[in-house]
Amino acid sequence: MRAFTQLTAKALPLDRPNVDTDAIIPKQYLKSIKRTGFGPFLFDDWRYLDPGTLDIDPATRRPNPDFVLNDPRHAGAQILLARDNFGCGSSREHAVWAMDDYGLRAVIAPSFADIFFSNCFKNGFLPVALAEDQVQALFDVVNADASAEITLDLPAQQVRLPDGRRFGFDINPHHKHNLIEGLDEIGLTLQNADAIKAYEAQRQQQAPWLFA
Amino acid sequence: MPTQTPQTLYDKVWNAHVVTDAGDGSALIYIDRHLVHEVTSPQAFDGLRINGRKPWRLAANLAVPDHNVPTVNRAGGIADPISRAQLDALDSNCAEFGITKFDLMDVRQGIVHVMGPEQGATLPGMTVVCGDSHTSTHGAFGALAFGIGTSEVEHALATQTLVLKKAKSMLIRVNGHVGPGVTGKDITLAIIGRLGTAGGTGFVVEYAGEAIEDLSMEGRMTLCNMAIEGGARAGLVAVDDKTIAYVKGRPFAPKAVHWDAAVAYWKTLKSDPGAVFDKVIEIDAAEIAPQVTWGTSPEMVGPVTARVPDPATATDPVKRSGMEKALAYMGLTANTPIEQIRIDKVFIGSCTNSRIEDLRAAAQVVKGRKKADSVMLAMVVPGSGLVKQQAEAEGLDRIFLEAGFEWREPGCSMCLAMNADRLEPGERCASTSNRNFEGRQGQGGRTHLVSPAMAAAAGIAGHFVDVRSF
Repeated sequence: MRAFTQLTAKALPLDRPNVDTDAIIPKQYLKSIKRTGFGPFLFDDWRYLDPGTLDIDPATRRPNPDFVLNDPRHAGAQILLARDNFGCGSSREHAVWAMDDYGLRAVIAPSFADIFFSNCFKNGFLPVALAEDQVQALFDVVNADASAEITLDLPAQQVRLPDGRRFGFDINPHHKHNLIEGLDEIGLTLQNADAIKAYEAQRQQQAPWLFA
Repeated sequence: MPTQTPQTLYDKVWNAHVVTDAGDGSALIYIDRHLVHEVTSPQAFDGLRINGRKPWRLAANLAVPDHNVPTVNRAGGIADPISRAQLDALDSNCAEFGITKFDLMDVRQGIVHVMGPEQGATLPGMTVVCGDSHTSTHGAFGALAFGIGTSEVEHALATQTLVLKKAKSMLIRVNGHVGPGVTGKDITLAIIGRLGTAGGTGFVVEYAGEAIEDLSMEGRMTLCNMAIEGGARAGLVAVDDKTIAYVKGRPFAPKAVHWDAAVAYWKTLKSDPGAVFDKVIEIDAAEIAPQVTWGTSPEMVGPVTARVPDPATATDPVKRSGMEKALAYMGLTANTPIEQIRIDKVFIGSCTNSRIEDLRAAAQVVKGRKKADSVMLAMVVPGSGLVKQQAEAEGLDRIFLEAGFEWREPGCSMCLAMNADRLEPGERCASTSNRNFEGRQGQGGRTHLVSPAMAAAAGIAGHFVDVRSF
């Protein structure tokens, strides 16, 4: 997995609550059996004026000029700013893959849905939960100056604003360690293979019907 | 003598599955059952191949195609080449790795969350995972069941475990009894309306109280299915005699030699008296009316007797703007009585409401009546081939067909519109599914979530009606 330590980048302000994973990447793109190539379809229904499918070249479609992602001032943003309950709905990891493929590396919001939150950490993608007023402060900074750069410092667990303000954030130590080291979680778990086998042997005694 | 601390049902199932506790806020949790479908698994199988890994325990996995499958003319195959490629990938991956799979033409094929319990592949006290958020459904059996992303699908395949942080616990007690015409769907929608779509975030929810005990297993599955729409990754209901009776005799259920021991264990799967929850919510069942969503999030819901709310009454600006966006998308005006909202299509199906009890409830409303002329399409999509077979044995298919409803083949269908079944822009649907998100049932489509009886009644009347007086 790609490691995440520190990032200084512009932010894309997506000012609506309850952004669901159907909105992040609509269902027609889930027919792809690959992990990559979803970036052009990120926020597809809001981003284009005409409908799309995997068969349609996104370059031939009409971008919605009113959608924030199409605002040239936000080009190159690597941090998404969002509102409450970001990533709710379907478990599709394609949502994280689409954000990543587009070029985003982190998302800041007051709260996240659990499955989306967990999916981020499997992809070297950092979700940061801040207090509502801190998120508002970030929106204010970016709305005032789209070129403002925000720094995410994972080892220090800190978000730094251009005006010097610093917001600390919490993160599960396990997630932090794996992100900073870029660790393969399956490989790590398989180091516990003996413990898994021992668990199975003991469980089979207690609940043999699960292994029948 | 020290007494044991009372445990919640969640504590009991969690503790029974801890392989190791890392001490850093995470534990390695053993997974008893992994259900697989075509949409979220191909990249996980690729991961196994790239790293030279094999499934840890083949018998723990069970696969079925559901999201992409056509609901008409199934023998003719799948017209969409991209959908077909995804089903072919499931076929070849299951064949290569040796995973049991029910094929498209197998009578056991169906929506993964209908098929699992129907086969007895979901058992009380299990940990059950699937690359689908509605895996919470299986919590109806006192199983710890939750949706996972594709990286976790690969992890579960390769290691039979997941690295998890224990969630907080919430008890939602629905006291008393619901009135006639009020279903598990209405209970679960009313809870989401009260707590919000993020109300359960970070929690595992246990549902209890007389109204939950009253529910059939189908009703409990509907209830737990939508735990995720309230933000809770998993919902739970304690095991009782209904649970055990449902499981008995199913193909994957314990055989005679283990049955008594299994039942003895399952009967312990309830929260101990005095068990402490991080949060407790009390709801009066008698106050719950049939529910209808009016917006683009399941929390935008109210009783059928209400009116579309007015965003001007919302004090929080983020909430107000969310309501305004929702009403604009839904093409609704504030203060319109819900019963005056006219619909174009009806969808009865999905992992929320496609089981035999759901189809019976809808058929009871439809019987001897005709679909409104203004309703372009009313489709009934059974949750599995076996549900379809049972419904046909009971003559439900004829009731629907005589009323002008369509009777389809099983699958996810227009719940998420990955197959050919979808809404066109602007079309309004009374749907028994679980998500009313923008574009969920087709780009520009407008979804109102309701119970099967309410959807059927709307199909007859052409607009929403209170099924209690229909």
